[in-house]
Amino acid sequence: MTDNGATIQIYRIVIKATAQAIWDAITKPEWTERYAYGGRAEYDLKVGGRFSFKASAETRAAGLPDEMIVGTVIESDPPRKLVQTWHPLFDAATSAEAHTRLTYEIKEHAGGVCTVTIIHDVAGAPTVAGMVNGGGDVGRGGGGWPWVLSDLKSLLETGSRM
Amino acid sequence: MDDDNIFKALADPTRRLLLDLLFQRDGRTLKDLQAGLAMTRFGVMKHLKVLEDADLVVTRRSGREKLHFLNAVPIRTIHDRWINKYREREVTALLALKTKLENKD
Repeated sequence: MTDNGATIQIYRIVIKATAQAIWDAITKPEWTERYAYGGRAEYDLKVGGRFSFKASAETRAAGLPDEMIVGTVIESDPPRKLVQTWHPLFDAATSAEAHTRLTYEIKEHAGGVCTVTIIHDVAGAPTVAGMVNGGGDVGRGGGGWPWVLSDLKSLLETGSRM
Repeated sequence: MDDDNIFKALADPTRRLLLDLLFQRDGRTLKDLQAGLAMTRFGVMKHLKVLEDADLVVTRRSGREKLHFLNAVPIRTIHDRWINKYREREVTALLALKTKLENKD
């Protein structure tokens, strides 16, 4: 995969929490169901391990499939770095596109804060690119990564979501 | 992330233009960004530094090049903190007025 800026999207937020707490909030289903889209992320955190994001009850009730997003773990270095493929299955347009590459980087800084950076290479997936960038209506699920990170920050810093 | 840094960074037309340029096409070099502005490379660098300090721009190395990316997350958090809140209040006030008017008779 080329590191071509044109297909890469980057999102960064500062969170007052430990790297381990942030890692858990990204990789453990009991955490992922508490913020943003509220689904359960299931990871087999080894190279080649499976990733599956299961729909929340609310999303399923809206007629979406149980398995919303799938992927494969490329690199897992807890609690600092996770690289995986990321392929949404919940509509025909995105499932027809190429599998994308998603990287989470968690860096600890002085003062008990971490930066969380999401690097999403959406090469060959223009519909996914338009879906995850957060340009849509949050109320209709169009918040994308900016909304996910903002909600993750609220949950970890205040104990409850936005 | 500090709200003061974000508002300070946004309070300048050149910096807002730089964000717009990255919104149009992300992951650009300093040289590329400078081409869209009537300004010296040093001037553009200074503005990019302010945007980076506010986390509105994130840079990554790609080979020999340093690429600049727009980070929309701080704008999202400002939106949630400063815009949503007041908009909700406005809607609530209008709803209250509607109820009041409709229940008059």
